[in-house]
Amino acid sequence: MTISTIKSRPIYPGLSPDLNARSNIIVCDKAGAAAVTELFSRADATFAKRSTVFIADALQETEAATARKDLAPATLEILPSLSAGIVRLREFLDNAPMGLRLYAAGTEPLIGSVVQAAADYGIDHLSIRTEHRGSLMRRVQCVHCKGFTENVTTNPVTCSHCGLTLFVRDHYSRRLAAFQGVCIDAENPGDVPPMEAIYQ
Amino acid sequence: MALIFKDETFRDDFTYKNSPATIRRFPFPFIEDQYRYSVNIEPHTPGPKGSVYEFTFDIDEHYVSEMRDRAMVLQEDPGRCQALPHMMTAQWDMLELVMVSLARDYPDLFTLHRDGAHWHWINKPLNIDQKFTFGEVNSLPYEPMEYVGRQIQGDFSLQDQRDGQLWMDAGIITSQADWSLDFDVGMNFFEWHAPVPLAHEAGVFERALKFLLNMQIGQPVRRLNWTMTINPRLDTSPENYPKWGKDRTTVTPENVGEKVHLRVELQGLFRLPRSNAILFSIRGYLMSLEQIVTVPKWGRRLPRVLKSLPPELIEYKGLARYRQTAIDWLEKYDDGAPTSPGGGPD
Repeated sequence: MTISTIKSRPIYPGLSPDLNARSNIIVCDKAGAAAVTELFSRADATFAKRSTVFIADALQETEAATARKDLAPATLEILPSLSAGIVRLREFLDNAPMGLRLYAAGTEPLIGSVVQAAADYGIDHLSIRTEHRGSLMRRVQCVHCKGFTENVTTNPVTCSHCGLTLFVRDHYSRRLAAFQGVCIDAENPGDVPPMEAIYQ
Repeated sequence: MALIFKDETFRDDFTYKNSPATIRRFPFPFIEDQYRYSVNIEPHTPGPKGSVYEFTFDIDEHYVSEMRDRAMVLQEDPGRCQALPHMMTAQWDMLELVMVSLARDYPDLFTLHRDGAHWHWINKPLNIDQKFTFGEVNSLPYEPMEYVGRQIQGDFSLQDQRDGQLWMDAGIITSQADWSLDFDVGMNFFEWHAPVPLAHEAGVFERALKFLLNMQIGQPVRRLNWTMTINPRLDTSPENYPKWGKDRTTVTPENVGEKVHLRVELQGLFRLPRSNAILFSIRGYLMSLEQIVTVPKWGRRLPRVLKSLPPELIEYKGLARYRQTAIDWLEKYDDGAPTSPGGGPD
C-alpha cells in the first residue's frame, strides 16, 4: 500500500463495485488481478458478467489459466504489456457505450496510465475506481531532459535518457502519469548519496 | 519621470543592477522583524505615485532587458509557454487586460486603438506595431497569451475554474523560483502547491482557494512572496537547475553582498470577464544585499527575519548553504534600533 504524503499524489481507495453501471471495464496487472477477484466476490454474479477485464502484463500459461478461472464469467483479454493494454483500452473507449464504469488495479504506473488515457475520453479521474497492488515502482520524468524512466525502484535513479542522477520527488503529475525527477547533485556535482531500493 | 531602459543581462556576466530610484521603490516584503507565513492578500488598488503598486502592471527600467531574456528562454525551451486547448478564451481575456492596462497607464510607451474587433497595438520600447483581429488567433504571430506575455514583465498563469477548483491550464513562465510549468500544467490549486511545506497543515491553501473562487471582475487582489537567488538570474527553473544550482556554493563572506539577491514576487490575481478564468501575475524584483542595506531599515530588519525562519522553509527555499553567511554579513548593518511597522523605507 502506498502512503500519500503530498497533495499532488493520487489516493487509491480500493476497488468497489458500481452496481448501477451497465458495463464495467477493468484494467489490471498480475498483482492487481487478485484485487479484481476480490471485487467480484463483493458483488453478485451478474456484476462479473457485465465486466471486461484487461490484464496488461506478461503471464505464464498457468497464470493465464488461473486468471481465466478466477475471473469467470467476466470477459477476459490478456495483453502482453502495460503499453499494449493501454492501446487496447483506448480502442475500447473509442466505442464505449453509456453507463460504463472504469477500474484500475495494480502498480502506480498502471493506474496512472489508465487515468491518463481516460482523460482523453473526458473521463474524470475521480470517477475511476483504483486500487494499488504489487510493486511500489514508479514512472519518473526527468525535469531536465523530459525523458521518462520506467519501472523505477530506487531513489536516486539514473535518468535513462540524459544520464543525470535524479532525486525522485513525491510530486506527481496526472497529465504525465509520472513523478518528478530532479538532478540530485546539481549544487555539488558528484556528491551523490547511495541508491536505495525503496520502491521495490 | 520618463523611464530609461537599461541594457543589462540576467545570465553569464550578470550586469543587472537597480538604479537608486528603483531601490527606493523595491517592494520589501517583510512588514515586521520576524517571519510569519500568511496569505497576506490585499485589494490590488492603485498605490502611491511612483510605487510598484501605482498601476495594474508595473513596468520599470528593466523592461526591455527582461523581455530579451524571456525570448532567449523560450527559444531554448518552448515548453515554458503552454496552454491547454480549452484556454483560448482566457488567453484573449489576458491579452485584453494587459493591452488596455498598459496603454492606459503608460501612454508614452504603449498605444491601443480599437475599432470593434480590429485592434492596433503599438509597443514603442520593443518597436512593435501590430494590427490584428481580436479573437482570431491567425492574426497574431503567436497565440494571444504568448504574444502579450513576450511584452510584459513577470510570469503569468491562467487558471480555469470548474468543480469548485482552480486548474492551472495555461502559463508563460520563464523567470520562476524553481517550479516547472511543464510538470504542473493541468493541476488543481492543491496539487500544484503540493511541495510547499507547512502551509497545507495550517489551512492556508484551503482558505486562499475559497477566497479566490469568489473573486469578482474588476476587483483584483495582490500579495507579496519572496525567496533568495544567487546572482541576478531570472531563469531559476528546475529545468535548468544543473546550470544554476552550483551558484549556491559560490557565496563567500567577501562576495555575499554582491551575489545574494532578495527575490520578491508581486503576485496579482484578476478575474477575467469572458472565460471566468483567473489570471495570476508573478512580477519579480531582484535586489542584491548590498543594495538592500542602502536603506537602513531594511539593513536592520533583513538579518532579524532570516534568523527567524523555520527549518522547513530554509530547506524549501534552498537557503541552507548561504543563509548564515548572509546573516553574518547583514548584521553589520543592524545596530539594534527598533524598526517601524510596514515594509517601506523610512
